[in-house]
This record gives sequence, C-alpha cells and structure tokens, in this order.
Amino acid sequence: MQIKGTVYKFGNDVDTDQIIPARHLNTTDPAELAAHCMEDADPEFAAAVQPGAVMVAGKNFGCGSSREHAPIAIKAAGVSCVIASTFARIFYRNAVNIGLPILECPEAAAALEAGDQVTIDLAEGIIRNLTRPGEYQSAPFPSFMQEIIKQGGLIKYVQERMKERA
Amino acid sequence: MSMTITEKIMAKHAGKERVVPGELINCSLDLVLANDITAPVAIKEFSRLGQDHVFDPERVALVPDHFTPNKDIKSAEQSNYVRQFARSFKITNYFEVGRMGIEHCLLPEQGLVLPGDMVIGADSHTCTYGGLGAFSTGVGSTDMAAGMALGECWFKVPESMKFVYHGKLRPWVGGKDLILYTIGDIGVDGALYRSMEFTGEAIENLSVEGRLTMCNMAVEAGAKNGIVPPDEKTKAYVEKRAKRTYQFYTSDPDASYVEVREYDVSEIEPQVAFPHLPENSRPVGEAQGIELDQVVIGSCTNGRIEDLRIAAHIIKGRKVAPRLRVIVIPGTQEIYLQAMREGILETFVEAGAAVSTPTCGPCLGGHMGILAKGEKALATTNRNFVGRMGHPESEVYLSSPAVAAASAVTGMITSPEEVLDDAN
Ligand code: SF4
Repeated sequence: MQIKGTVYKFGNDVDTDQIIPARHLNTTDPAELAAHCMEDADPEFAAAVQPGAVMVAGKNFGCGSSREHAPIAIKAAGVSCVIASTFARIFYRNAVNIGLPILECPEAAAALEAGDQVTIDLAEGIIRNLTRPGEYQSAPFPSFMQEIIKQGGLIKYVQERMKERA
Repeated sequence: MSMTITEKIMAKHAGKERVVPGELINCSLDLVLANDITAPVAIKEFSRLGQDHVFDPERVALVPDHFTPNKDIKSAEQSNYVRQFARSFKITNYFEVGRMGIEHCLLPEQGLVLPGDMVIGADSHTCTYGGLGAFSTGVGSTDMAAGMALGECWFKVPESMKFVYHGKLRPWVGGKDLILYTIGDIGVDGALYRSMEFTGEAIENLSVEGRLTMCNMAVEAGAKNGIVPPDEKTKAYVEKRAKRTYQFYTSDPDASYVEVREYDVSEIEPQVAFPHLPENSRPVGEAQGIELDQVVIGSCTNGRIEDLRIAAHIIKGRKVAPRLRVIVIPGTQEIYLQAMREGILETFVEAGAAVSTPTCGPCLGGHMGILAKGEKALATTNRNFVGRMGHPESEVYLSSPAVAAASAVTGMITSPEEVLDDAN
C-alpha cells in the first residue's frame, strides 16, 4: 500500500488529551471527533489538514489515556499515516486495531519537516521525502500484527476466531 | 527456568510452562473492564460481531464513572447506552450512580480483581491492580470488545524493570511521592512497553493503598504494567473481599531484568510534579509558595480511605485558605461511607471544602471543578497534561494528599510539616 501526503509536524510526548481533549468525549461520532483533532496542540490543525496528510512526531506519541477516540479522530480527520520516533503502547495497539497505519522511525521523525511531500510504502516500511533528499527504513510490523491488519483490523480477526470456536 | 512475577502470570494464562520477553502470546482473562467513555466504543465494535452473549457475564465490569452523575445530555445518552447493554447482556458487575466508585478504587475493594489475575481494561490506569500482585493493563475499546467476546487478549511479553526502594520513608512521604520521584528519574517514557516491578523494604512497609497508588502511575512512565509482590498485607486486604480463588506469584531470585534501579527512600522528600508532565517532579520545597486557585483530593490514584485520613488529619481544626476552592472526592461509595463514619467528611466541610459523590470529574477535565484560563490547581491525580483539568492555558501540579491538604490550608504549595509546625 502506497501513501502520498504532506507532513504536519508535532513534538515529543503528544498526549491523548491534546489529540482529543476529554471535553469532547461525550460523543463517539468520528466526524465530530475529527473536528476537534489536535485541538490543544494546534487549534488550527483540524480546519487546515488536507486528506492524505502524514503526521510526524517525536517520542512517546499518544501517551496518556487509553481512549480509542484519539486514533479515530486522527483517522477521521483524513490523516493517512502517523510516523513517530516512538509510540505509547496503548495508542500503538489502538491504531493497529482500528486500521490507522503507524510507523516507528526515529530518523524520519527527526528529519522530516512540516510541508515536506512524502511517499510511504507500508509493506516495506520505506519513507521517501520528495521535497528534499531523504529515504528512511522503519521497522516492519511484527507478523502477528500484520495478520490483524491483513484481516482488516481486530474485529475481523476475532470473527474468524469465533467461527473456529463455533 | 526462572521468571519474573509478570512472566509467571502471563505464562499461566497462556497455558505455557514459560514465556520470554518479546514473545507474542494469547492469554485468558479473569476480568475485562470499561467505563462510560470507552464502553460505548467497545459496545459498538462488539455489536459488529453479531454475538448474543459475552464470554462470561460475571467477568465483565462496566463502571460509568467519568462523566457521572451525568454532566450533560450527551453523557447521559452514553451512560444509557452502556446501561442498556449491561441489562440485555446480563452483566452482573454494572455499577450505577449511588452504588459505584471510580473504577480502579472500586474493583479491588469489591474483590473483583485478585492476586495472580490477568485483567484488561479500556482505561489506561487499569495497571493499578498490580498493587495486589495481578497483571493488569490498559487497552483500547476494540481490544475490550474482543476481550468481551473471547475472554482472551494477545500480548507481547514485556521486558521487566526492577525498582528497589531501600530504607524507611520520611514523615509525610508515601506511595505517591515514590512514584512521582521514580517517574522524575526515568521520564514519561522511561519504562515504555516494559513491566515495572516495585520491591524492597519501603514497598514491604507500604500499605496496599500505597501500592495501588504506585502501580496506578506505572502508565505515566509508559509501562505496560506495574506490579508489587503480594504478601501478608495483600492477603489481609483480599481475603475478606474475594469471592473466588486467587494465587500469589513472586519473581524467582535469579529472574532477569533489563534494568535494576535502587533508591534510598530516606533521601526522598514529598514530591510535586510541575506542569505539564508527571516527570517534572521536584521536592516540595522547590514548589513552595506557588499560589493556587484550586485543590483536588481524590481520583483513582489517591481517593482511598487512607488518602482521605491523611488529608483530614492535616486539615482538622484549620480552614481552607480564602482564595481557594478545595474539592474532595472519595473514590467509592464505601469509602464515602467510611469517611462519613470517621468524621472525616465533617472535617472537610467544616474547613470549607466541597465534598462530592464519587466521580472522576475534574481529574480529566470532565466536570465538578474545571479550571479557567490561567488558573492553577494542585491535585492528587495522576496527569498534569496541557488542558487536563480545563482550559488549555490552566496548570495542574501533582502531589500526595498530605501536600494537597497542607496547601489547601495556606492557599499555596506547602509542605505538610510547615502547616503542622505552625500549630506548635
Ligand atoms: S480518576 Fe482520573 S485517571 Fe482515574 S480513571 Fe478517572 S479520569 Fe482516569
């Protein structure tokens, strides 16, 4: 799967309260959540973000609450992939489970700048900068997670397991 | 083959003799948990499975605690969605307003989580139950949905980090100070993906409440779980609550750790974490004099009876500073009742504090004490992220109940000793 988009850059330790503040958690509607995506980190982001956008951040992205509303808001806002040096573990699980592509790549996270055009090959984990020279290799998903993603997220995977049990 | 306590619990629930860090395993679950924010998303996902039952109606806990008693119509709709699901799927552990509590105070108290258990919860502070010697960790709503259906969850076995706390605690230093100090030492990603095992003389001497507080904040260092070896204190806590059998696991003496850190606790002062990360912890002396607008005593970190007793001891016979709002939130109905019987609630109300029914409320900026732009709060909660308690330009400092109570009296961040010395 090939992704192409513009980089939006964020810093270290972006927590889920910044991604989607708790005051907006009285809904589960992806569109409503998307309208407030990143509100406390960059109030302009939700209005400005273009479909296909690539979010790039530093270490520990998505730390804090377990709210799945965070990756849902990012996905519904039109973001096609999140690249960070490291992710907080619950956010990582949640993103996989709902089918939001994410890549851990400290080199790309450090080098990419806001406005850069990039292409991402998800299967290979290769990130290419089209604006300035730069190509980065990220660690591929563990095979177990590739299986979940291949089956279209965790729910599909569980459906298969239920069939086996029946 | 030697294993850590976390590895032993994981191996047992994966039906294996042995597991090693990095291994992907599928574990059976003793309990799955969600609240009024995460359950609606989980129930939606669960519905897509077309199942007419959960894996075990007695092993699903639904605790509406975040926006309850409901703060607005939308929250009421969400709670009602959870309530209706609980009814139609005959979930026995659904807790209604008036019989509830903050999930991580409630579940241990009700004996629903026990030593040796494997527990997931759609709430990041599910790691609290490590205080009882259980493996518990926070997951998202889709994991919760899968857990409700299968009674199973996949995990990557974490590497373990061991923390050894030597020596005796100073007065007014407790579990909250130890964990703030530790996070200050290793950083908010210092234990990312790892297990934090808390050991040593100071942990053995710590109450079960204090251990729950420490494990509660393991996630603030990025950890998958926090855990304390169970002992006589654990036994005394769980034996009167448990309705099923449980098992104590301890780490083998030669178990392997990716890192071991040792502290002399006699050098640790009461801690305050400055905005906007829990890792910004410093001795209370360095925060002395910071003027406050609000103090919150409560939450799944420090809303237990021991916490309220400590705060009441300091506040008793004194008044809340005129500039302040002080909000006290007992963690559960049982704690509320106990505090009432001990005269603790009277102490707070007489001092000029507001006492609320159990709720997460202000901890996540939900309701019951939201901060305006530019306001500062000191809270016994676990997160001081940007906007956590209200306006993005408000600030939250974190501390123990003792420091919060002393600060409630003076209106600025204050060491407990200072307030008590004044009395002499
Ligand atoms: S008290 Fe705060 S941290 Fe604990 S469960 Fe509630 S919102 Fe989360």
